[in-house]
Amino acid sequence: MKQKTTTKTTYHVPIGPIHPALKEPVYFEFEIDGERIVDVDVKLGHVHRGIEWASRKRNPIQILYLAERVCGICSYCHPTAFTLAVEDIAGIEVPERAEYLRVIQGELERICSHTLWAGVAAHEIGFDTVLFLTWEIRERAMDLTEYLTGNRVTKAIMTMGGIRRDITKDMIPTVTKHLNYLKDNFEKLRSVFLDDKTVKMRSQNVGILTKEDALKLCAVGPTARASGVKKDVRVDTSYFAYGDLDIDYITPDILTGEVNGDVYDRILVRLLEVKQSIDLIEQCLDKMPSGAIISEPNTPKLLAQLKKVTGDGIGRHEAPRGEVIHYVKLTGEESPYTWKIRAPTYNNILPWIPMLKGEQIADIPIVAASTDPCMSCTNRVAIIDDMNKYELTNEELHNLSIKKTRGLKK
Amino acid sequence: MSKKLSPEEIVKYFKDEFKTKIKSVDIRKKTAGLKKHESVNIWMKIDKSIFKNFIKYLCDLQYPHLSVVSGNDLGKTVELIYHFTLGYGTRFNEIVLNLSLELPKSKLEIETICDYIPGALVTEREKQEMLGVKIIGIPDDRRLFLPDDFPKGIYPWRRDETGPDKMYKNLHEVKK
Repeated sequence: MKQKTTTKTTYHVPIGPIHPALKEPVYFEFEIDGERIVDVDVKLGHVHRGIEWASRKRNPIQILYLAERVCGICSYCHPTAFTLAVEDIAGIEVPERAEYLRVIQGELERICSHTLWAGVAAHEIGFDTVLFLTWEIRERAMDLTEYLTGNRVTKAIMTMGGIRRDITKDMIPTVTKHLNYLKDNFEKLRSVFLDDKTVKMRSQNVGILTKEDALKLCAVGPTARASGVKKDVRVDTSYFAYGDLDIDYITPDILTGEVNGDVYDRILVRLLEVKQSIDLIEQCLDKMPSGAIISEPNTPKLLAQLKKVTGDGIGRHEAPRGEVIHYVKLTGEESPYTWKIRAPTYNNILPWIPMLKGEQIADIPIVAASTDPCMSCTNRVAIIDDMNKYELTNEELHNLSIKKTRGLKK
Repeated sequence: MSKKLSPEEIVKYFKDEFKTKIKSVDIRKKTAGLKKHESVNIWMKIDKSIFKNFIKYLCDLQYPHLSVVSGNDLGKTVELIYHFTLGYGTRFNEIVLNLSLELPKSKLEIETICDYIPGALVTEREKQEMLGVKIIGIPDDRRLFLPDDFPKGIYPWRRDETGPDKMYKNLHEVKK
Protein backbone atom coordinates (compact mmCIF):
# COMPACT_ATOMS: atom_id res chain seq x y z
CA MET A 1 0.00 0.00 0.00
CA LYS A 2 2.35 2.70 1.17
CA GLN A 3 5.37 1.01 -0.42
CA LYS A 4 4.62 2.94 -3.59
CA THR A 5 5.63 6.18 -1.94
CA THR A 6 9.16 4.93 -1.23
CA THR A 7 11.76 7.13 -2.84
CA LYS A 8 15.44 6.43 -3.28
CA THR A 9 16.23 8.01 0.06
CA THR A 10 13.43 6.53 2.18
CA TYR A 11 12.60 3.01 3.28
CA HIS A 12 9.78 1.34 5.19
CA VAL A 13 9.80 -0.04 8.71
CA PRO A 14 6.81 -2.14 9.71
CA ILE A 15 6.36 -2.17 13.47
CA GLY A 16 4.01 -4.68 14.97
CA PRO A 17 1.48 -6.14 15.25
CA ILE A 18 3.83 -7.17 18.04
CA HIS A 19 5.76 -4.22 19.44
CA PRO A 20 7.70 -3.14 22.53
CA ALA A 21 6.25 0.29 23.34
CA LEU A 22 2.66 -0.86 23.25
CA LYS A 23 1.84 -3.79 25.39
CA GLU A 24 -0.89 -4.77 22.96
CA PRO A 25 -1.02 -5.48 19.21
CA VAL A 26 -1.23 -2.72 16.63
CA TYR A 27 0.50 -2.40 13.30
CA PHE A 28 2.49 0.65 12.24
CA GLU A 29 4.20 1.20 8.96
CA PHE A 30 6.81 3.92 9.07
CA GLU A 31 8.40 5.61 6.11
CA ILE A 32 11.92 6.43 7.27
CA ASP A 33 14.54 8.76 5.87
CA GLY A 34 17.74 7.87 7.73
CA GLU A 35 16.71 8.16 11.38
CA ARG A 36 13.80 10.50 10.68
CA ILE A 37 10.15 9.41 10.37
CA VAL A 38 8.58 10.82 7.19
CA ASP A 39 5.16 9.17 7.30
CA VAL A 40 3.14 6.77 9.44
CA ASP A 41 0.32 4.36 8.70
CA VAL A 42 -1.65 2.51 11.40
CA LYS A 43 -3.62 -0.72 11.12
CA LEU A 44 -5.85 -1.99 13.91
CA GLY A 45 -8.05 -4.91 14.75
CA HIS A 46 -5.59 -7.55 15.91
CA VAL A 47 -7.48 -7.94 19.17
CA HIS A 48 -10.99 -7.31 17.87
CA ARG A 49 -12.77 -10.01 19.82
CA GLY A 50 -16.40 -9.40 18.88
CA ILE A 51 -17.44 -8.48 22.41
CA GLU A 52 -20.40 -6.46 21.12
CA TRP A 53 -21.52 -9.52 19.17
CA ALA A 54 -21.28 -11.68 22.30
CA SER A 55 -23.64 -9.25 24.05
CA ARG A 56 -26.49 -10.20 21.72
CA LYS A 57 -27.04 -13.36 23.72
CA ARG A 58 -26.69 -11.85 27.20
CA ASN A 59 -28.87 -9.82 29.52
CA PRO A 60 -27.74 -6.41 30.84
CA ILE A 61 -26.45 -7.81 34.14
CA GLN A 62 -24.37 -10.44 32.34
CA ILE A 63 -23.07 -7.72 30.01
CA LEU A 64 -21.68 -5.80 32.98
CA TYR A 65 -19.17 -8.58 33.54
CA LEU A 66 -18.50 -8.93 29.84
CA ALA A 67 -17.83 -5.18 29.68
CA GLU A 68 -15.28 -5.51 32.48
CA ARG A 69 -13.30 -7.78 30.22
CA VAL A 70 -13.02 -5.24 27.41
CA CYS A 71 -9.85 -4.07 29.12
CA GLY A 72 -8.09 -5.08 32.32
CA ILE A 73 -6.89 -1.63 33.28
CA CYS A 74 -10.24 0.01 32.53
CA SER A 75 -12.30 -2.72 34.15
CA TYR A 76 -14.39 -0.06 35.90
CA CYS A 77 -14.89 2.38 32.99
CA HIS A 78 -16.64 0.08 30.54
CA PRO A 79 -19.30 -1.33 32.90
CA THR A 80 -19.74 2.26 34.08
CA ALA A 81 -20.44 3.65 30.63
CA PHE A 82 -22.75 0.72 29.88
CA THR A 83 -24.61 1.22 33.17
CA LEU A 84 -25.03 4.95 32.52
CA ALA A 85 -26.47 4.18 29.08
CA VAL A 86 -28.96 1.65 30.47
CA GLU A 87 -29.92 3.95 33.34
CA ASP A 88 -30.45 6.71 30.78
CA ILE A 89 -32.89 4.57 28.78
CA ALA A 90 -34.75 3.01 31.70
CA GLY A 91 -34.77 6.14 33.87
CA ILE A 92 -33.27 4.30 36.85
CA GLU A 93 -32.56 6.54 39.85
CA VAL A 94 -29.33 6.11 41.78
CA PRO A 95 -29.04 6.81 45.54
CA GLU A 96 -26.76 9.76 46.33
CA ARG A 97 -24.37 7.72 48.46
CA ALA A 98 -23.80 5.40 45.50
CA GLU A 99 -22.94 8.42 43.30
CA TYR A 100 -20.10 9.26 45.70
CA LEU A 101 -18.91 5.66 45.95
CA ARG A 102 -18.87 5.50 42.15
CA VAL A 103 -16.56 8.54 42.03
CA ILE A 104 -14.20 6.94 44.57
CA GLN A 105 -13.91 3.78 42.46
CA GLY A 106 -13.43 5.77 39.26
CA GLU A 107 -10.67 7.91 40.74
CA LEU A 108 -8.93 4.93 42.32
CA GLU A 109 -8.81 3.30 38.91
CA ARG A 110 -7.32 6.50 37.48
CA ILE A 111 -4.52 6.44 40.08
CA CYS A 112 -3.74 2.79 39.27
CA SER A 113 -3.81 3.43 35.53
CA HIS A 114 -1.72 6.63 35.50
CA THR A 115 0.97 5.22 37.79
CA LEU A 116 1.06 2.04 35.71
CA TRP A 117 1.61 4.20 32.65
CA ALA A 118 4.28 6.32 34.36
CA GLY A 119 6.24 3.15 35.14
CA VAL A 120 5.98 1.93 31.55
CA ALA A 121 7.07 5.36 30.24
CA ALA A 122 10.16 5.26 32.50
CA HIS A 123 10.96 1.78 31.19
CA GLU A 124 10.64 2.98 27.59
CA ILE A 125 13.38 5.53 28.05
CA GLY A 126 15.60 3.11 29.95
CA PHE A 127 14.95 4.05 33.58
CA ASP A 128 14.01 0.73 35.10
CA THR A 129 14.73 1.92 38.64
CA VAL A 130 12.01 4.54 38.18
CA LEU A 131 9.69 1.83 36.87
CA PHE A 132 10.12 -0.11 40.11
CA LEU A 133 9.83 3.00 42.28
CA THR A 134 6.57 3.98 40.55
CA TRP A 135 5.10 0.52 40.73
CA GLU A 136 6.02 0.18 44.38
CA ILE A 137 3.88 3.25 45.03
CA ARG A 138 1.18 1.91 42.70
CA GLU A 139 1.04 -1.31 44.68
CA ARG A 140 -0.56 0.60 47.55
CA ALA A 141 -3.31 1.86 45.24
CA MET A 142 -3.83 -1.74 44.14
CA ASP A 143 -4.00 -2.85 47.78
CA LEU A 144 -6.63 -0.21 48.41
CA THR A 145 -8.61 -1.40 45.36
CA GLU A 146 -8.49 -4.94 46.71
CA TYR A 147 -9.56 -3.75 50.15
CA LEU A 148 -12.56 -1.88 48.76
CA THR A 149 -13.72 -4.31 46.07
CA GLY A 150 -12.22 -7.69 46.89
CA ASN A 151 -10.15 -7.83 43.73
CA ARG A 152 -7.23 -6.01 42.13
CA VAL A 153 -8.33 -5.87 38.51
CA THR A 154 -11.78 -7.09 37.44
CA LYS A 155 -13.62 -5.57 40.35
CA ALA A 156 -17.29 -6.35 39.68
CA ILE A 157 -18.27 -3.29 41.67
CA MET A 158 -20.64 -1.50 39.28
CA THR A 159 -24.28 -2.36 38.85
CA MET A 160 -27.41 -0.67 37.50
CA GLY A 161 -29.01 1.60 40.04
CA GLY A 162 -26.06 1.82 42.40
CA ILE A 163 -22.89 0.10 43.44
CA ARG A 164 -22.25 -3.32 44.98
CA ARG A 165 -20.07 -2.57 48.00
CA ASP A 166 -20.21 0.18 50.60
CA ILE A 167 -17.37 1.90 52.44
CA THR A 168 -18.36 1.63 56.09
CA LYS A 169 -17.09 3.80 58.94
CA ASP A 170 -14.68 1.18 60.23
CA MET A 171 -13.04 1.01 56.79
CA ILE A 172 -12.23 4.72 56.62
CA PRO A 173 -8.99 4.61 58.72
CA THR A 174 -7.47 2.03 56.33
CA VAL A 175 -8.54 4.04 53.30
CA THR A 176 -7.04 7.20 54.80
CA LYS A 177 -3.82 5.38 55.66
CA HIS A 178 -3.35 4.27 52.04
CA LEU A 179 -4.29 7.70 50.68
CA ASN A 180 -1.78 9.38 53.00
CA TYR A 181 0.95 7.02 51.79
CA LEU A 182 0.13 7.95 48.19
CA LYS A 183 0.13 11.66 49.04
CA ASP A 184 3.45 11.44 50.89
CA ASN A 185 5.09 9.66 47.99
CA PHE A 186 3.61 11.84 45.28
CA GLU A 187 6.39 14.41 45.69
CA LYS A 188 8.98 11.69 45.03
CA LEU A 189 7.28 10.82 41.74
CA ARG A 190 6.82 14.46 40.79
CA SER A 191 10.50 15.31 41.21
CA VAL A 192 11.67 12.20 39.32
CA PHE A 193 9.41 12.75 36.34
CA LEU A 194 9.23 16.52 36.14
CA ASP A 195 12.61 17.78 37.38
CA ASP A 196 15.03 15.13 36.14
CA LYS A 197 17.29 16.50 33.41
CA THR A 198 17.40 13.30 31.34
CA VAL A 199 13.64 12.76 31.42
CA LYS A 200 13.27 16.36 30.25
CA MET A 201 15.75 15.85 27.43
CA ARG A 202 13.92 12.77 26.18
CA SER A 203 10.42 14.19 26.52
CA GLN A 204 10.49 17.93 25.86
CA ASN A 205 9.78 19.01 22.27
CA VAL A 206 9.24 15.38 21.27
CA GLY A 207 6.00 14.00 19.83
CA ILE A 208 4.23 17.34 19.62
CA LEU A 209 0.46 17.45 19.09
CA THR A 210 -0.77 21.00 18.48
CA LYS A 211 -4.06 22.21 19.92
CA GLU A 212 -5.49 22.58 16.44
CA ASP A 213 -4.62 18.98 15.53
CA ALA A 214 -6.00 17.71 18.85
CA LEU A 215 -9.34 19.42 18.12
CA LYS A 216 -9.54 18.38 14.48
CA LEU A 217 -8.55 14.78 15.14
CA CYS A 218 -11.00 14.51 18.06
CA ALA A 219 -8.33 13.58 20.64
CA VAL A 220 -9.59 12.84 24.15
CA GLY A 221 -8.32 12.63 27.71
CA PRO A 222 -4.82 13.56 28.89
CA THR A 223 -3.64 13.47 25.25
CA ALA A 224 -6.02 16.33 24.39
CA ARG A 225 -5.55 18.21 27.67
CA ALA A 226 -1.75 18.15 27.31
CA SER A 227 -2.28 20.03 24.04
CA GLY A 228 -4.38 22.64 25.82
CA VAL A 229 -7.85 21.35 24.90
CA LYS A 230 -10.05 21.71 27.96
CA LYS A 231 -12.11 18.57 27.66
CA ASP A 232 -12.96 16.37 30.62
CA VAL A 233 -16.34 14.67 31.01
CA ARG A 234 -16.07 15.01 34.80
CA VAL A 235 -15.98 18.81 34.53
CA ASP A 236 -17.93 19.42 31.33
CA THR A 237 -21.06 17.69 32.47
CA SER A 238 -22.75 16.50 35.62
CA TYR A 239 -22.81 12.79 36.35
CA PHE A 240 -22.21 10.75 39.51
CA ALA A 241 -21.22 13.14 42.29
CA TYR A 242 -18.68 15.07 40.19
CA GLY A 243 -21.04 18.05 40.09
CA ASP A 244 -20.74 18.44 43.88
CA LEU A 245 -16.95 18.28 43.96
CA ASP A 246 -14.27 20.88 43.50
CA ILE A 247 -12.63 19.89 40.22
CA ASP A 248 -11.02 21.69 37.29
CA TYR A 249 -9.37 20.84 33.97
CA ILE A 250 -5.72 19.82 34.26
CA THR A 251 -3.70 21.41 31.47
CA PRO A 252 0.09 21.82 31.51
CA ASP A 253 -0.04 25.62 31.79
CA ILE A 254 -1.29 25.47 35.38
CA LEU A 255 2.18 24.28 36.41
CA THR A 256 4.57 25.54 33.74
CA GLY A 257 2.59 28.51 32.40
CA GLU A 258 2.72 27.23 28.83
CA VAL A 259 1.33 24.48 26.62
CA ASN A 260 3.68 22.63 24.28
CA GLY A 261 1.69 19.47 23.64
CA ASP A 262 4.84 17.32 23.84
CA VAL A 263 5.55 14.07 25.69
CA TYR A 264 6.65 16.03 28.77
CA ASP A 265 3.27 17.79 28.92
CA ARG A 266 1.47 14.47 28.72
CA ILE A 267 3.57 13.12 31.61
CA LEU A 268 2.83 16.28 33.58
CA VAL A 269 -0.95 16.16 33.02
CA ARG A 270 -1.15 12.52 34.14
CA LEU A 271 0.94 13.14 37.26
CA LEU A 272 -1.17 16.10 38.30
CA GLU A 273 -4.27 14.01 37.70
CA VAL A 274 -3.00 11.43 40.19
CA LYS A 275 -2.88 14.19 42.78
CA GLN A 276 -6.31 15.43 41.70
CA SER A 277 -7.75 11.93 42.04
CA ILE A 278 -6.42 11.55 45.61
CA ASP A 279 -8.01 14.91 46.40
CA LEU A 280 -11.35 13.88 44.84
CA ILE A 281 -11.45 10.65 46.88
CA GLU A 282 -10.82 12.67 50.05
CA GLN A 283 -13.58 15.11 49.12
CA CYS A 284 -15.96 12.20 48.58
CA LEU A 285 -15.14 10.58 51.93
CA ASP A 286 -15.74 13.96 53.51
CA LYS A 287 -19.03 14.88 51.83
CA MET A 288 -20.60 11.45 51.32
CA PRO A 289 -24.20 11.32 52.61
CA SER A 290 -25.51 8.24 54.39
CA GLY A 291 -28.19 6.03 52.90
CA ALA A 292 -28.74 3.16 50.52
CA ILE A 293 -26.12 2.19 47.93
CA ILE A 294 -28.46 0.60 45.42
CA SER A 295 -32.00 1.49 44.35
CA GLU A 296 -33.09 -2.05 43.42
CA PRO A 297 -31.09 -4.81 45.15
CA ASN A 298 -33.32 -7.54 43.72
CA THR A 299 -31.58 -8.46 40.45
CA PRO A 300 -34.36 -10.59 38.87
CA LYS A 301 -36.79 -7.71 39.50
CA LEU A 302 -34.39 -5.25 37.89
CA LEU A 303 -33.96 -7.52 34.88
CA ALA A 304 -37.73 -7.90 34.52
CA GLN A 305 -38.00 -4.11 34.56
CA LEU A 306 -35.28 -3.75 31.91
CA LYS A 307 -37.01 -6.30 29.69
CA LYS A 308 -39.97 -3.95 29.29
CA VAL A 309 -37.90 -0.94 28.28
CA THR A 310 -37.41 0.31 24.74
CA GLY A 311 -35.29 3.18 23.50
CA ASP A 312 -31.71 4.21 23.00
CA GLY A 313 -29.24 5.97 25.23
CA ILE A 314 -25.62 6.78 25.73
CA GLY A 315 -23.31 6.59 28.73
CA ARG A 316 -20.15 8.67 29.00
CA HIS A 317 -17.42 8.55 31.61
CA GLU A 318 -13.96 10.08 31.85
CA ALA A 319 -11.76 6.99 31.82
CA PRO A 320 -8.04 7.35 32.66
CA ARG A 321 -7.31 7.67 28.93
CA GLY A 322 -10.20 10.00 28.15
CA GLU A 323 -13.87 9.96 27.30
CA VAL A 324 -15.39 6.49 26.98
CA ILE A 325 -18.83 6.36 25.35
CA HIS A 326 -21.25 3.47 25.02
CA TYR A 327 -24.37 3.48 22.89
CA VAL A 328 -27.12 1.02 23.84
CA LYS A 329 -30.43 0.27 22.12
CA LEU A 330 -33.02 -1.74 24.03
CA THR A 331 -36.06 -3.17 22.26
CA GLY A 332 -37.99 -4.82 25.08
CA GLU A 333 -36.12 -8.07 24.84
CA GLU A 334 -33.76 -9.89 27.14
CA SER A 335 -30.62 -8.73 25.33
CA PRO A 336 -29.87 -5.28 23.96
CA TYR A 337 -30.43 -4.83 20.22
CA THR A 338 -27.22 -2.84 19.81
CA TRP A 339 -24.28 -2.13 22.07
CA LYS A 340 -21.49 0.03 20.70
CA ILE A 341 -18.35 0.51 22.74
CA ARG A 342 -16.00 3.37 21.99
CA ALA A 343 -12.86 3.33 24.10
CA PRO A 344 -10.68 6.47 24.33
CA THR A 345 -7.75 5.05 22.35
CA TYR A 346 -10.06 4.79 19.31
CA ASN A 347 -9.96 8.59 19.12
CA ASN A 348 -6.28 8.86 20.04
CA ILE A 349 -5.08 6.77 17.06
CA LEU A 350 -5.09 9.54 14.44
CA PRO A 351 -3.18 12.03 16.68
CA TRP A 352 -0.26 9.56 16.59
CA ILE A 353 0.44 10.55 12.99
CA PRO A 354 1.33 14.24 13.58
CA MET A 355 3.11 13.25 16.80
CA LEU A 356 5.44 10.77 15.15
CA LYS A 357 6.18 12.60 11.89
CA GLY A 358 9.62 14.15 11.96
CA GLU A 359 10.79 12.23 15.03
CA GLN A 360 13.57 9.64 15.23
CA ILE A 361 13.24 5.83 15.31
CA ALA A 362 14.53 5.78 18.90
CA ASP A 363 11.64 8.07 19.92
CA ILE A 364 8.94 5.69 18.64
CA PRO A 365 8.54 3.77 21.94
CA ILE A 366 8.10 6.81 24.16
CA VAL A 367 5.99 8.83 21.71
CA ALA A 368 3.69 5.90 20.97
CA ALA A 369 3.43 5.12 24.67
CA SER A 370 2.77 8.76 25.55
CA THR A 371 -0.91 8.54 24.54
CA ASP A 372 -1.17 5.54 26.88
CA PRO A 373 -2.62 3.34 24.15
CA CYS A 374 -4.82 0.52 25.30
CA MET A 375 -4.80 -2.33 22.79
CA SER A 376 -2.39 -5.18 23.47
CA CYS A 377 1.10 -5.73 22.18
CA THR A 378 4.24 -7.54 20.99
CA ASN A 379 7.97 -7.83 20.57
CA ARG A 380 9.44 -7.62 17.15
CA VAL A 381 10.20 -5.23 14.36
CA ALA A 382 11.24 -6.43 10.95
CA ILE A 383 13.11 -4.03 8.76
CA ILE A 384 12.72 -4.95 5.11
CA ASP A 385 15.18 -3.32 2.81
CA ASP A 386 14.63 -4.55 -0.76
CA MET A 387 15.45 -8.24 -0.67
CA ASN A 388 17.46 -8.16 2.54
CA LYS A 389 15.19 -8.77 5.49
CA TYR A 390 16.42 -8.63 9.03
CA GLU A 391 14.62 -8.33 12.31
CA LEU A 392 14.95 -5.84 15.10
CA THR A 393 13.86 -7.57 18.27
CA ASN A 394 12.13 -5.96 21.17
CA GLU A 395 15.44 -5.89 23.03
CA GLU A 396 17.30 -4.24 20.16
CA LEU A 397 14.71 -1.50 19.72
CA HIS A 398 14.58 -0.99 23.46
CA ASN A 399 18.40 -0.82 23.51
CA LEU A 400 18.29 1.85 20.81
CA SER A 401 16.07 3.90 23.10
CA ILE A 402 18.38 3.36 26.09
CA LYS A 403 21.38 4.27 23.93
CA LYS A 404 19.74 7.55 23.04
CA THR A 405 19.15 8.35 26.73
CA ARG A 406 22.77 7.46 27.59
CA GLY A 407 24.02 9.52 24.64
CA LEU A 408 22.15 12.56 25.91
CA LYS A 409 23.62 12.15 29.37
CA LYS A 410 27.21 12.35 28.12
CA MET B 1 -13.46 28.37 24.63
CA SER B 2 -17.05 28.34 23.56
CA LYS B 3 -20.07 30.47 24.17
CA LYS B 4 -22.88 29.21 26.32
CA LEU B 5 -25.76 27.79 24.33
CA SER B 6 -28.95 26.32 25.65
CA PRO B 7 -30.28 23.11 24.09
CA GLU B 8 -33.42 24.97 23.01
CA GLU B 9 -31.30 27.57 21.19
CA ILE B 10 -29.36 24.85 19.39
CA VAL B 11 -32.57 23.13 18.28
CA LYS B 12 -34.06 26.45 17.12
CA TYR B 13 -30.87 27.28 15.18
CA PHE B 14 -31.26 24.10 13.13
CA LYS B 15 -35.06 24.19 12.87
CA ASP B 16 -34.98 27.72 11.44
CA GLU B 17 -32.73 26.55 8.66
CA PHE B 18 -33.88 23.02 7.90
CA LYS B 19 -37.54 23.19 9.00
CA THR B 20 -39.43 19.97 8.18
CA LYS B 21 -36.27 18.11 7.23
CA ILE B 22 -35.67 17.74 10.95
CA LYS B 23 -37.95 14.84 11.68
CA SER B 24 -37.88 14.66 15.46
CA VAL B 25 -36.17 16.26 18.44
CA ASP B 26 -35.91 14.97 21.98
CA ILE B 27 -34.14 17.00 24.67
CA ARG B 28 -33.26 14.84 27.67
CA LYS B 29 -32.14 16.42 30.91
CA LYS B 30 -30.84 14.49 33.87
CA THR B 31 -29.58 15.57 37.27
CA ALA B 32 -26.96 13.96 39.46
CA GLY B 33 -25.36 14.30 42.89
CA LEU B 34 -26.58 16.26 45.89
CA LYS B 35 -26.51 19.62 44.14
CA LYS B 36 -28.59 18.26 41.23
CA HIS B 37 -26.65 19.85 38.40
CA GLU B 38 -28.07 19.05 34.98
CA SER B 39 -26.60 17.20 32.03
CA VAL B 40 -28.21 17.56 28.61
CA ASN B 41 -28.60 15.18 25.69
CA ILE B 42 -30.23 16.21 22.43
CA TRP B 43 -31.51 13.43 20.18
CA MET B 44 -32.26 14.70 16.71
CA LYS B 45 -33.44 12.76 13.69
CA ILE B 46 -32.89 14.32 10.30
CA ASP B 47 -33.53 13.55 6.66
CA LYS B 48 -30.40 12.27 4.98
CA SER B 49 -30.69 14.82 2.16
CA ILE B 50 -29.62 17.68 4.44
CA PHE B 51 -26.83 15.75 6.20
CA LYS B 52 -23.77 17.46 4.70
CA ASN B 53 -25.34 20.90 5.01
CA PHE B 54 -26.26 20.14 8.59
CA ILE B 55 -22.64 19.34 9.44
CA LYS B 56 -21.48 22.55 7.77
CA TYR B 57 -24.07 24.48 9.74
CA LEU B 58 -23.01 22.74 12.94
CA CYS B 59 -19.35 23.65 12.37
CA ASP B 60 -20.39 27.27 11.79
CA LEU B 61 -22.21 27.29 15.13
CA GLN B 62 -19.32 25.77 17.02
CA TYR B 63 -16.58 23.32 16.09
CA PRO B 64 -17.88 20.05 17.55
CA HIS B 65 -16.08 17.06 18.97
CA LEU B 66 -17.15 13.85 17.26
CA SER B 67 -17.17 11.07 19.83
CA VAL B 68 -18.15 8.24 17.53
CA VAL B 69 -20.71 7.12 14.96
CA SER B 70 -22.82 4.17 15.99
CA GLY B 71 -25.18 2.20 13.81
CA ASN B 72 -28.21 -0.07 13.81
CA ASP B 73 -29.55 -2.46 11.20
CA LEU B 74 -33.29 -1.74 11.42
CA GLY B 75 -34.47 -4.20 8.77
CA LYS B 76 -35.30 -2.11 5.70
CA THR B 77 -32.95 0.68 6.69
CA VAL B 78 -29.63 1.22 8.38
CA GLU B 79 -29.55 3.91 11.03
CA LEU B 80 -26.42 5.92 11.68
CA ILE B 81 -26.07 7.99 14.85
CA TYR B 82 -23.38 10.67 15.04
CA HIS B 83 -22.56 11.50 18.66
CA PHE B 84 -21.23 15.06 18.84
CA THR B 85 -20.38 17.10 21.92
CA LEU B 86 -20.62 20.89 22.00
CA GLY B 87 -19.68 23.52 24.52
CA TYR B 88 -16.95 21.61 26.36
CA GLY B 89 -14.26 23.64 28.12
CA THR B 90 -16.57 25.32 30.63
CA ARG B 91 -18.06 23.64 33.67
CA PHE B 92 -21.51 22.03 33.13
CA ASN B 93 -21.66 23.62 29.68
CA GLU B 94 -21.36 20.52 27.55
CA ILE B 95 -24.27 19.31 25.44
CA VAL B 96 -24.30 16.00 23.61
CA LEU B 97 -25.93 16.13 20.20
CA ASN B 98 -26.94 12.69 18.95
CA LEU B 99 -27.72 13.09 15.28
CA SER B 100 -29.49 10.16 13.69
CA LEU B 101 -30.43 9.45 10.10
CA GLU B 102 -31.73 6.43 8.24
CA LEU B 103 -30.40 5.10 4.95
CA PRO B 104 -32.47 2.71 2.80
CA LYS B 105 -30.71 -0.59 2.15
CA SER B 106 -31.20 -0.05 -1.58
CA LYS B 107 -28.92 2.98 -1.41
CA LEU B 108 -26.50 2.70 1.48
CA GLU B 109 -24.50 5.83 0.86
CA ILE B 110 -23.59 8.88 2.88
CA GLU B 111 -21.13 11.71 2.34
CA THR B 112 -17.91 11.84 4.31
CA ILE B 113 -17.47 14.55 6.95
CA CYS B 114 -13.68 14.22 7.02
CA ASP B 115 -13.39 17.54 5.16
CA TYR B 116 -14.88 19.30 8.20
CA ILE B 117 -13.75 16.93 10.97
CA PRO B 118 -10.65 14.94 9.89
CA GLY B 119 -10.89 12.88 13.09
CA ALA B 120 -14.01 11.18 11.71
CA LEU B 121 -11.86 8.95 9.49
CA VAL B 122 -11.48 6.06 11.94
CA THR B 123 -15.18 5.81 12.70
CA GLU B 124 -16.20 6.25 9.04
CA ARG B 125 -13.88 3.44 7.97
CA GLU B 126 -15.41 1.29 10.70
CA LYS B 127 -18.96 1.99 9.44
CA GLN B 128 -17.92 1.05 5.92
CA GLU B 129 -16.61 -2.37 6.86
CA MET B 130 -19.01 -3.20 9.70
CA LEU B 131 -22.32 -1.98 8.21
CA GLY B 132 -21.60 -1.86 4.48
CA VAL B 133 -22.43 1.84 4.24
CA LYS B 134 -20.50 3.46 1.42
CA ILE B 135 -18.90 6.68 2.57
CA ILE B 136 -18.68 8.94 -0.47
CA GLY B 137 -15.43 10.85 -0.71
CA ILE B 138 -13.69 9.13 2.22
CA PRO B 139 -9.96 9.97 2.05
CA ASP B 140 -8.88 6.41 2.90
CA ASP B 141 -11.26 3.55 2.12
CA ARG B 142 -9.13 0.61 3.28
CA ARG B 143 -10.34 -1.71 6.01
CA LEU B 144 -9.41 -0.79 9.54
CA PHE B 145 -10.42 -3.47 12.05
CA LEU B 146 -11.26 -6.38 9.74
CA PRO B 147 -8.34 -8.37 8.36
CA ASP B 148 -7.60 -8.09 4.64
CA ASP B 149 -8.64 -11.71 4.02
CA PHE B 150 -12.08 -11.30 5.63
CA PRO B 151 -14.70 -12.31 3.00
CA LYS B 152 -16.10 -9.46 0.92
CA GLY B 153 -19.80 -8.60 1.21
CA ILE B 154 -20.11 -9.70 4.84
CA TYR B 155 -20.76 -6.98 7.36
CA PRO B 156 -20.51 -7.99 11.05
CA TRP B 157 -23.10 -5.51 12.37
CA ARG B 158 -25.81 -6.40 9.86
CA ARG B 159 -28.73 -8.65 10.75
CA ASP B 160 -29.81 -9.68 7.23
CA GLU B 161 -28.26 -12.12 4.75
CA THR B 162 -25.08 -10.02 4.63
CA GLY B 163 -24.57 -10.53 8.38
CA PRO B 164 -21.93 -12.89 9.76
CA ASP B 165 -24.34 -15.65 10.94
CA LYS B 166 -23.26 -18.07 8.22
CA MET B 167 -19.63 -17.60 9.13
CA TYR B 168 -19.76 -18.53 12.75
CA LYS B 169 -22.18 -21.38 12.27
CA ASN B 170 -20.32 -23.09 9.44
CA LEU B 171 -16.78 -21.87 9.66
CA HIS B 172 -15.47 -24.70 7.46
CA GLU B 173 -17.63 -23.51 4.54
CA VAL B 174 -16.34 -19.96 4.47
CA LYS B 175 -14.25 -19.16 1.45
CA LYS B 176 -11.66 -16.52 2.01
